[in-house]
Amino acid sequence: MSRYEIRLSGAGGQGMILAGIILAESGVMVDDLNVSQSQSYGPESRGGASRAEVVFDEDQIDFPKVIKPDLLVCLTQEAFNQYGEDLKNYGVIIADSRIDTTKLKDKLKNNLYQLNILDLAANKIGKEISANMVVLGIIAKIIQKKIPVEFIKKAIIEKVPPQTVDDNMEAFELGFQLKLDKRSYAYGRI
Amino acid sequence: MKTKIFKPKKSAVLTQGNQAVVEGALAAGVEFFAGYPITPASEIAEGFARELPQIGGKFLQMEDEIAGMAAVIGASLAGKKAITATSGPGFALKQENLGFATMIEVPVVVVNVQRVGPSTGLPTAPSQGDVMQTRWGRNGDQEIIALAPSSVAESYELTIKAVNLSEKFRQPVVLLLDEVIGHLREKIHLKSKEEIEIYNRKKPESNQNSDQFLPYQLTDDLIPPMADYGSGFKYHTSGLFHDQSGFPDGKKETAKFMQDRLHNKLHNNLDQIIFYEKNIRSDDNAAVLSYGSAARAAISTVNTARKDNLKAGWFKLQTIWPFAEEAVAELAAQVDTIIVPELNQGQLIREVKKAAAGRAKVIGINSYAGDLIRPEEIRALLEEVL
Repeated sequence: MSRYEIRLSGAGGQGMILAGIILAESGVMVDDLNVSQSQSYGPESRGGASRAEVVFDEDQIDFPKVIKPDLLVCLTQEAFNQYGEDLKNYGVIIADSRIDTTKLKDKLKNNLYQLNILDLAANKIGKEISANMVVLGIIAKIIQKKIPVEFIKKAIIEKVPPQTVDDNMEAFELGFQLKLDKRSYAYGRI
Repeated sequence: MKTKIFKPKKSAVLTQGNQAVVEGALAAGVEFFAGYPITPASEIAEGFARELPQIGGKFLQMEDEIAGMAAVIGASLAGKKAITATSGPGFALKQENLGFATMIEVPVVVVNVQRVGPSTGLPTAPSQGDVMQTRWGRNGDQEIIALAPSSVAESYELTIKAVNLSEKFRQPVVLLLDEVIGHLREKIHLKSKEEIEIYNRKKPESNQNSDQFLPYQLTDDLIPPMADYGSGFKYHTSGLFHDQSGFPDGKKETAKFMQDRLHNKLHNNLDQIIFYEKNIRSDDNAAVLSYGSAARAAISTVNTARKDNLKAGWFKLQTIWPFAEEAVAELAAQVDTIIVPELNQGQLIREVKKAAAGRAKVIGINSYAGDLIRPEEIRALLEEVL
């Protein structure tokens, strides 16, 4: 794939950084794919807006941070307000349904998917903290042509505490099964 | 105690810059770490604490930064390859002992994962503010070798080189990372044992009579063979100027001779110490010269600018001290403008200007409040000068 940039944003404690590391680990399993992963680090990661970034490229990755995301995930209003406008033209935003997106709705049009990520995690798994795995399921579906779903599952198993694997995999499946329509944007430029 | 050989687990791995330093050091034969945790370098101490006991090495968390530096000097004198890691404020505290290590010619590696200063500054934000502290942080005219990786892969490679250079030249080597490179995770390929070139310090001949051993013996290459403390050789070290016996003699001739030797042992071998990469075409009119994390934006900018037919090239320093004066002078003769992006108010640019000596216009782009310089900033300047 040519350079593909993912930004995961939410609140500190929502596991965005772990999700970023898992995505990066799955990218490492693909031959000849380069991976850079970084995160906001510091006071803002404790409660405020937290951010993890992953860049994939078959070529060498020069600039290691996201320049403009192809895929942006926002789990909180604050994250959406901060990053919502910063997106490539053909990019996709996955925003939790609790977020009020009115302000940018016209601008984002087909780029925006609102999905009930936090509610699914809270109601079906019983833990809102599993929302990051729901997010990984959604992303796995979007990038499956380039990163096999099995690689992401393998990376989850390697990275989460052993006693939580079942819950995490269940949350991943919930995300993976979520319906995304066939708008070309979602599968577009990967 | 029998030392086990360190074996990397698998070749392609996702690794953080700080962890890559640990992997590189272990691959180069480091068996001792002492230090004091500090953001953004703490993962290096954590990594060694995890790995060293497993290969029979030693990890010591010391009471402070100063003691951390002292302990690695001691371990190296006892024959072990030794490393410590810190960030700017801790690096300031290590300066006195770093000068001592230079004077008594002890191979050690000091990693400084730079954060924004002065003082405790911004602990979690990247900076290249310690470039001049590295060069001139100690008293006296003294040499230092400093390498600055710009990626996780380079953190691994240059750590191996840093250990080798310290051993080869009996010389402290500083490895300058910054917060972005230290915390970045990238896919890297670890090397097998056979692929890694390792240099071990020169020791006295096995038939050397211990009574006649001179710890600072004058040799052709100006690098005295080094005996391990406790191996039967008399070995005195002193921060005062000393003769070949290691004892101070208070003579001005000795002071001059020794300063010249410490300078020349490096400057006679600059081709083995100075590393850089460049991509300059014969018709390029501008070059972006950079090092460390700033090099990522620099190379990215040049690669995209070339697609739009801009005549620009890049020059990336891996060794920043001693400064690659000749290569930069040559670059200045080739292009009209040299752009120097740095995460400080302009430190290495002074050396670039000095080497360019008016042959090329030298312009800085500076960021010193914790943000990376972004490719579009360099692009804008490139378009302005081309």
